[in-house]
Amino acid sequence: MNDFFQYLLQHLDLNAIWFVLIGVLFTGYAALDGFDLGVGALHLFTKTDKERRLMLNSIGPVWDGNEVWLVTGGGALFAAFPEVYATVFSGFYLAFMLLLCSLIFRAVAIEFRSKQPMLWWRRMWDICFALGSILSAFLIGVALGNIAWGIPLDKDFEFSGSFLGLLHPYALLMGVTTVALFMMHGCIYATMKTEGPLHEKLRGWINNTIIFFIICYATATVATLVYLPHMSEKLKQTPWFFVLAILNMLAIANIPREVHHKRDLMAFASSCAAMVTLMGLFGLGMFPNLVLSNPNPEHSMNIINSASSHKTLGIMLVIAILGVPVVLAYTASIYWIFRGKVKLDPHSY
Amino acid sequence: MSVELLARIQFAFTVAFHYIYPPLSIGLGVLLVLIEGAWLKTRNPLYHRMAKFWTRVFALTFAIGVATGIVMEFEFGTNWATYSRYVGDIFGSALAAEGIFAFFLESGFLAILLFGWDKVGPKLHFFSTLMVCLGAHFSAVWIVVANSWQQTPAGYHIIGEGLNARAEITNFWAMVFNPSSMDRLSHVVMGAWQAGAFLAISVSAFYLLNKRHVRFARASLKTGLLVAGFASVMQLVTGHSSAVGVSRNQPAKLAAMEAHYAESAPADLYLFGWVNNKGETVNCGVRLPGMLSYLVHGDSKAPIQGLNAFKANERPPVNFVFQTYHLMVAVGMSLIGLSFLGLFLWWRGTLFTCRPVLWVMVFSVLGPQIANQAGWFTAEVGRQPWIVYNLLKTSDALSKVVTANEVLASLIMFTLIYILLFAVFIFLLDNKIRSGPDAHEELPGEPLAHLPRA
Repeated sequence: MNDFFQYLLQHLDLNAIWFVLIGVLFTGYAALDGFDLGVGALHLFTKTDKERRLMLNSIGPVWDGNEVWLVTGGGALFAAFPEVYATVFSGFYLAFMLLLCSLIFRAVAIEFRSKQPMLWWRRMWDICFALGSILSAFLIGVALGNIAWGIPLDKDFEFSGSFLGLLHPYALLMGVTTVALFMMHGCIYATMKTEGPLHEKLRGWINNTIIFFIICYATATVATLVYLPHMSEKLKQTPWFFVLAILNMLAIANIPREVHHKRDLMAFASSCAAMVTLMGLFGLGMFPNLVLSNPNPEHSMNIINSASSHKTLGIMLVIAILGVPVVLAYTASIYWIFRGKVKLDPHSY
Repeated sequence: MSVELLARIQFAFTVAFHYIYPPLSIGLGVLLVLIEGAWLKTRNPLYHRMAKFWTRVFALTFAIGVATGIVMEFEFGTNWATYSRYVGDIFGSALAAEGIFAFFLESGFLAILLFGWDKVGPKLHFFSTLMVCLGAHFSAVWIVVANSWQQTPAGYHIIGEGLNARAEITNFWAMVFNPSSMDRLSHVVMGAWQAGAFLAISVSAFYLLNKRHVRFARASLKTGLLVAGFASVMQLVTGHSSAVGVSRNQPAKLAAMEAHYAESAPADLYLFGWVNNKGETVNCGVRLPGMLSYLVHGDSKAPIQGLNAFKANERPPVNFVFQTYHLMVAVGMSLIGLSFLGLFLWWRGTLFTCRPVLWVMVFSVLGPQIANQAGWFTAEVGRQPWIVYNLLKTSDALSKVVTANEVLASLIMFTLIYILLFAVFIFLLDNKIRSGPDAHEELPGEPLAHLPRA
């Protein structure tokens, strides 16, 4: 067994594998926490206390596990590409502090809201939950936008820009697009999990969220093609990769169709597929770079110059091979146990 | 203030605040396993009520633990980027392993523990409780391993020169089982069990004093005392072996813990005192001559390396380490005394009526918290000025691009948020304790009266 692993590790391109695995972890985060951030973004649009409790409890048993994808993605990035971890988090200092702040408020708002009956108490945590969710989604999008656009790096990979420099129009557009994507994703999820009047109300919102998303998506795509030609370079070189772009468009186009036929689960699956293909396109555009340097592209961080040692990447791969199947198995079981429409009971939030 | 000082204050503050909650989760997890196991075996409804009540308390501590834990993970990158570049090859894999092996397990089964009472059978529910408890312990394993590697690095070599140097792993298991990790892990886990057990003891004693929920309180108090008694004694054993390990691996830290200056001479054990670092003496101290030498080497004449063997800029702040260490020991000893007094009174049959002891027990919840914090301060301040012992100085580990103002701004933000969180936590915990084990969860009160109570 040990010999087998050693043979495998010597003959694999571990740097490329870890590029993909980090991508998988962050895609898992986007597809899973994406819907509960989206539910949060829609939270204030529901009006009665019962509706808000239903919204919260639709994500109740799973939001915490979803957030673990971010924690594990962060840990894996630290281990596999420590230079990227160090550069991005210290470079985006204030932005990440704001993100942490919004994630804290969001998490405790879910837990605290229903613990007291006072109206002001519930209103306060409702606002924290919704604002925290929207701000988290927005900042994640801004970070992605900056990574694709490129940030100023010196030869030691130290960030040499400023906080306000991170808020350029392309990054802001990506931020808004992420909010729109998560809102659509969350709206579909919440529709799938509810019944009765709230279900009908949410169903009515889906089209608006889709329109909002498509406008952002189209603008972001045009902006990327015009300003970031490197992001579509691989598609030009290898036209077969264009299949991914087509799948992405098909998945998005399929969402309204499934919603129309009231196949909510399929609509949610399409939305997940849209996110997976979007992240795939993003990864394809970036590869082999993890963070682009703009204006000095020769200082970009790629899978070779920012990675850990071969040994660490190998150990981590063994950890992933042992751990990930187990994680997927019980994540799936938990979603299975809590399948079906959400109902309020004494254990609800 | 300098970036270094601000960044250290910020890290100390956020980690100390975070560390109120994980020990409670670990300790309460053990209690939940015991209680739910008892319910599964006897089907006594009392145990069911206990399990439900303590689960609600567990959920509250867990939520804040998670929310504040994410901060810790990213602070390595935001404030300590040079450190992250230096140790990423080693430290990162422990963090990633924590995510894969601990957090997913814990958060996944937590869903069943909290919301699954009516969805799954009792056996699967018990299994989920067990997994949550196990996940919490795994988390401790990987975090203590990562921290212990900083204290006693092993299984690595250094690549590169000067400030571009970084540590690379050569032997994964040597990194995991570095010289201090097992001693420190057992010490940390026992501290966590005490934190959970004394919370149960405190709440139960409060009920008994007020003659409320008496059957519930008696059973909870007994469960708490059993765990507390065991963990307190084990704390003496693991504390001793940790200290012996420190004498071997981090002599400057041990010397600071007992303010031992003489370069190589038998060392005394202080019960308390105030260190005069300039005069290299301890004022108002009460000491047991040669006792430290005896505890470390089994010989009261054996020499122990003192602080004078280290350059002035390679010594930790002596009085601070001395005080936190002695605070930890004093509180730890009191907790042993209290748990044995409790067990003795239980055996005599007067535990539930002895009001003075019950009153002490109400306040005992603070004991493990104080000792745990003081212990970590001893461990972390005691290894200064090194962030990775003998390899990387804390002052070299900072993010180069982050300014003092940015750190100050985030420090102020975290201070405000954490004060708010702590106030809300105490308010809700107090509320849960006051409403007691029989209160239905989540009271849709007045403005929400139209809701069915399910």
